[in-house]
Amino acid sequence: MTYLKPHFRNPALPSNALGYTRRDYEGAVSTLCAGCGHDSISAAIVQACFELDLPPHRLAKLSGIGCSSKTPTYFLGASHGFNSVHGRMPSVLTGANLANRDLVYLGVSGDGDSASIGLGQFVHAMRRGVNMLYIVENNGVYGLTKGQFSATADKGSKSKKGAVNPDDPIDLVSLALQMGATFVGRGFSGDKAQLVPLIKAALRHRGVAFLDVLSPCVTFNNHPGSTKSYDYVREHNAVFNRPDVVPHREAITADSAPGELVTVTLHDGSVVRLRPVAGDHDVHDRIAAMNHLAERQAEGEIVTGLLYVDPDAGDLHDRLNTVDTPLNRLNDAELCPGAATLARVNAALR
Amino acid sequence: MRPTDTGSPDYFHRVVDCQWACPAHTPVPEYIRLIAAGRYDDAYLINWKSNVFPGILGRTCDRPCEPACRRGRVEAEPVAICRLKRVAADHKGPDVRARFPRAPAVKNGKRVALIGAGPASLTVARDLVPLGYHVVVYDGEAKGGGMMRSQIPRFRLPDAVLDEEVGQILDMGVETRFGTWVSSLTAVLDEGYDAVFVGTGAPRGRDVDVPGRAEAAANIHIGIDWLSSVSFGHTGRIGRRVIVLGGGNTAMDCCRTARRLGGEDVAVVVRSGFEEMKASPWEKEDALHEGIPIHNFLVPKAFTHARGKLTGVVFEKVAARYDDKGRRSLIPTGEPDVHMACDDVLVAIGQDNAFPWIERDAGIGFDRWGLPTVDPVTFQSSNPKVFFGGDAAFGPKNIITAVAQGHEAAISIDAFCQGSPLTDRPPPHVTLISQKMGLHEWSYDNDVSVDTRHKVPLRETAVALKDVRVEVELGFDVDLAWQEAQRCLNCDVQTAFGPALCIECDACLDICPVDCLTIAEDGGEGELLTRLKAPKLHADQPTYVSGALKTGRLMVKDEDVCLHCGLCAERCPTGAWDMQKFFLEMSHAGGAACRSR
Ligand SMILES: Cc1cc2nc3c(=O)[nH]c(=O)nc-3n(C[C@H](O)[C@H](O)[C@H](O)COP(=O)(O)OP(=O)(O)OC[C@H]3O[C@@H](n4cnc5c(N)ncnc54)[C@H](O)[C@@H]3O)c2cc1C
Ligand SMILES: Cc1ncc(C[n+]2csc(CCOP(=O)(O)OP(=O)(O)O)c2C)c(N)n1
Ligand code: SF4
Ligand code: SF4
Ligand code: SF4
Ligand SMILES: [Mg+2]
Repeated sequence: MTYLKPHFRNPALPSNALGYTRRDYEGAVSTLCAGCGHDSISAAIVQACFELDLPPHRLAKLSGIGCSSKTPTYFLGASHGFNSVHGRMPSVLTGANLANRDLVYLGVSGDGDSASIGLGQFVHAMRRGVNMLYIVENNGVYGLTKGQFSATADKGSKSKKGAVNPDDPIDLVSLALQMGATFVGRGFSGDKAQLVPLIKAALRHRGVAFLDVLSPCVTFNNHPGSTKSYDYVREHNAVFNRPDVVPHREAITADSAPGELVTVTLHDGSVVRLRPVAGDHDVHDRIAAMNHLAERQAEGEIVTGLLYVDPDAGDLHDRLNTVDTPLNRLNDAELCPGAATLARVNAALR
Repeated sequence: MRPTDTGSPDYFHRVVDCQWACPAHTPVPEYIRLIAAGRYDDAYLINWKSNVFPGILGRTCDRPCEPACRRGRVEAEPVAICRLKRVAADHKGPDVRARFPRAPAVKNGKRVALIGAGPASLTVARDLVPLGYHVVVYDGEAKGGGMMRSQIPRFRLPDAVLDEEVGQILDMGVETRFGTWVSSLTAVLDEGYDAVFVGTGAPRGRDVDVPGRAEAAANIHIGIDWLSSVSFGHTGRIGRRVIVLGGGNTAMDCCRTARRLGGEDVAVVVRSGFEEMKASPWEKEDALHEGIPIHNFLVPKAFTHARGKLTGVVFEKVAARYDDKGRRSLIPTGEPDVHMACDDVLVAIGQDNAFPWIERDAGIGFDRWGLPTVDPVTFQSSNPKVFFGGDAAFGPKNIITAVAQGHEAAISIDAFCQGSPLTDRPPPHVTLISQKMGLHEWSYDNDVSVDTRHKVPLRETAVALKDVRVEVELGFDVDLAWQEAQRCLNCDVQTAFGPALCIECDACLDICPVDCLTIAEDGGEGELLTRLKAPKLHADQPTYVSGALKTGRLMVKDEDVCLHCGLCAERCPTGAWDMQKFFLEMSHAGGAACRSR
C-alpha cells in the first residue's frame, strides 16, 4: 500500500487568480483514522484558501495537541506552521501575531485542547481580539488518547463502551460570544457547502473569528448514544443560515428575491450574503445570537451557521496602538530609541 | 437519476479502456501485471488465448488499445502496451506450448474448409481443432501466415517469430493444402465440407491512372505486389532514387524496404497533410528516423519518361479546404507544378477486395463495391454454409481485427455444425473479486508511477539499413519492461461502491487525487453532470451514479481520469468503496473461454 497521494491531478481542475489549483493548497497525506471529520475540515480549509486566492506563504497555521491539532500537517504544505503544546496554541499565536501582524493566522484546536486543558488560553484569546481564525474541531472526546469524554461532551451522552457522561458540557460558541469574539459561527464537517464559506468569511474578518466545527470521531464517538456522531448531528442540525462570500471586486447580483438575503460587508470590502434557514435574529446583535443559541440548545438542537458578526471590530493591535509596520521588520534604531530618549522618559515618570 | 447497473459486464469492461478498445478484448492489465511479476509464460498464455499471435502482434499490432489507454488522459503518453506484449513472447519458456489445447484423439466427424491462411483463418483453425473438427486450410502460397508473411517486412517481423506462432496452430493437427490456389468456391463446397470459411484478405492493390503510366510501367510497381515479391525473395534491388505514393502503413513499409534494397534517395509523397495521413504516428516516426522525407499536399499528375524509362513524377500542389460540415477537399493552389526525378515509383494508395474465384451463383450476394453480404455479428454470408472473416469480410483492416472476427466466425461455425442458433452468442467469462488483504493492504501495487513512456531500444540505423531481414527493434529488456509495466494504472482493479454502507463522511472525495468523486443532490442526468467536483471533460467516458445514500444524496464518479490508486477505498471507514479486480475473458468456440474439448 502506498501512503503517497499521486501527484497527477484532474486536467480540468480550475486555477485561482494566483495560478494555483486547489491541490497546491494541500499538505501531507493524513494519518488520521479513515473517515475522521477532521480530514473533511482540512479539505474545507484547503478549498477556502484556494477560493480566496490566498498566497500560501502569507498564512501561518498554529495548533496544540490532539488529532485535530495534528491536521495542519495535512493542509497548506507551503504555509508557516507551529505545533505547540497542549492547550497553548492561543498564547503562541498571540505572540506570533504581535511580532508579525501582516500574516493571516489560523489556529486549529480540539475540544480537549481548547475546552479542557486550554480553556484559560481560549477565553483570553477571544477577549483580546487577536486577529485570527480560531477553529475548534469538536468531536466530544480526546481522540488522540483513545476517546475519553472531553469538556464539550453532552451530559447523558454515552461513550463507545456505554459509560454515561455525568457532567454538563462547555459550549464554546456561547463562551466565545460572551468573551467578546467578533465573528462567531458553527459548522459541521459533513456539510462543506456551509463550512467552506464560513471559513472564507472568517478568514476575511478583521479581529477574532471563532468557528466551532462538529467533527465526528469515527473511531471513538460515532455510535448510537453519542451526540457528536454523523447521524446525530445530521438529525439535530438546526441550520440558522447558509453564507456565501462575494469578493468585493465582483458586482453583487442577487439570485434570489430581495429581502431574502442578509448581506454583511466586511472590513476589507468583501460581502457575506446570508441565506436564512431557521431563525431570524440580527447577526449584528450579540445578545440576540446568545438567546437564539440558548433557546435552540434547550430544544436539543445544534445551531449552525454564522451567528454573530461585528464587521467594524478592531483587534489586539488597535487596542495596543502598535505601529503599522510589523514589529519583526523594525530595525534596531526604531526599536531602541537610545539612552537620551530613555532618560527623557524616565525623567517624565519621576 | 437511475442508479448505474454495474451488474452488466459492460460497465466495468468500459472502464478498462485498453481491453474495451481491443477488438479481441485481451485482458491487458492482467498480462502487464504478470510481466511485472516475471511470469512471462502466464502473460503469454493470456494473450495467446485471446489474440493467438502475441509475438507477432507484440511487434506489428495496430494497437487501438494505446490511444484508448487511460494513462494518455492523465499524462502525455499511453503505456507501451503493444511492446510489453512482445516481452511476454520474447521471454516465455519452452514449456508454455505444453499448456496449449490439443486436438482430441476422437474427432467430432465435422469437416471445415478454410480458404486463405492469414490470421483470420488461423484463428478459426485454432478454435475449432481442439473441439474435434477436421480442419483443412488452403492457400496459394507455400507457407501459412497470409499478409503477415507476404506484406509485413522481415525487419519488423522476423521469420522465426512468424514461423513459431503460425506453426503452433498448424501443429495442433490442421490439414494444410498450401500451394493450392482455390479457383472455384463451388468446387470446394462440392467436397462435402460442413462449413467453409473465407479468409482470403483484400489482395488487390490500387493503381494510379495518369499520363505516362503505361509508358513507364517497367519502373512503376504496385506496393503490395512489390512487398510480397521482396518477402518471397523474388526482388532484391530497387533504383537509387525512389518515390513512394501514398500515406498509409503500406507506404511506410514500401519506403523503409526500398531504403534497404539500394534506395538511397527515397521520399514519400502524400496528397493530404502530415496529420491526416492514414499511417500510424509511430510508423511515420520510424520512416523519418531512417532519413525518409515525407512531402505533403502533392497530387500526382503525370509520370515523365524518356526512351521507355521512367524519369520522374509531376505533382500538382494542393491545399486543404473545409466546408461548414467539416468535410475536406483538396483545392489546387495554382502554384507551378513540381517535378521530382526518380528511378522507381512504388504505388501504395490502398487495397481492394477481389473474389474472381467465387461463382456468382454460389449463393453469396455482393454489394456494388464487391464486398460480400456478411452478417456483422455471426459472419455468416447469404450462403448459410459459408462464413467470412478478416479483410475478406469488410475490407482491409489489421491483424487483430482479423483475429477477433476469426473467433466470432468459429463460434458461428461451431453452432452451425452443432445445429444451434447462431444468434445465441456465448457471454464473456467475468469475475469481480475484492483485493483487500488487510486494513491497509491490497493485493495489487497501487503506487502510481510518475515515469514517462520508455522507448524501445533500436538497432543502429546504419546496421539496420544494410539488410531487409534484420529486425530494427530490439525489444524491452526485463528491466525496462518492468519499469514500463509500472506505468499501467491497473484499470481492471475497479472501484466498487455499496451505497448502504456509506456514512457520507466525504473522506473519499477529499483524498481523491483527481477529483473523480462527488456526493450530490439527485437531479436529471445532464444537470447532475454540471455539479461534479471537477467538470466532465470526456462525455464518452462512463459516469457511475449510486443509489440513494442515507441523506438521499447520490455518490457520483466520473471514471475519466480515475487512477485506480485505491485511496478512496483506503480512506473509507466503512468499506463502502472497495477495490475489486474485474477479469473478463471473451468466450470462444465451444462456449468456454478455452475449452479443451
Ligand atoms: C504492407 C502492409 C503492411 C501491413 N502491416 C500491418 C501491421 O503492421 N499490423 C497489422 O495489424 N496489420 C497490417 N497489415 C494488414 C494485415 O496484414 C491484414 O489486415 C491481415 O493480414 C488480414 O488477415 P486475413 O486473415 O484477413 O487475410 P490475409 O492476411 O490477407 O491472408 C489471406 C491469404 O489468403 C490467400 N488467398 C487469397 N485468395 C486465395 C485463393 N483464392 N486461394 C487460396 N489462397 C488465397 C492469400 O495468399 C493470403 O495468404 C498490413 C497490410 C499491408 C498490405
Ligand atoms: C500537557 C498534556 N496533557 C495531556 C496530554 C495528553 N493528550 C494528548 S491529546 C489529548 C486530548 C486531545 O483532545 P482534543 O483536543 O479534543 O483532540 P482530538 O484528538 O479529539 O481531536 C490529551 C489529553 C498532552 N499531550 N499534554
Ligand atoms: S481517533 Fe477519532 S479524532 Fe482521532 S483520527 Fe481517529 S477518528 Fe479522528
Ligand atoms: S481509485 Fe478512488 S481515490 Fe483513486 S483516483 Fe480513483 S476514485 Fe480517486
Ligand atoms: S469514505 Fe466511505 S463512508 Fe465516507 S463518504 Fe466516501 S464512501 Fe461514504
Ligand atoms: Mg476532541
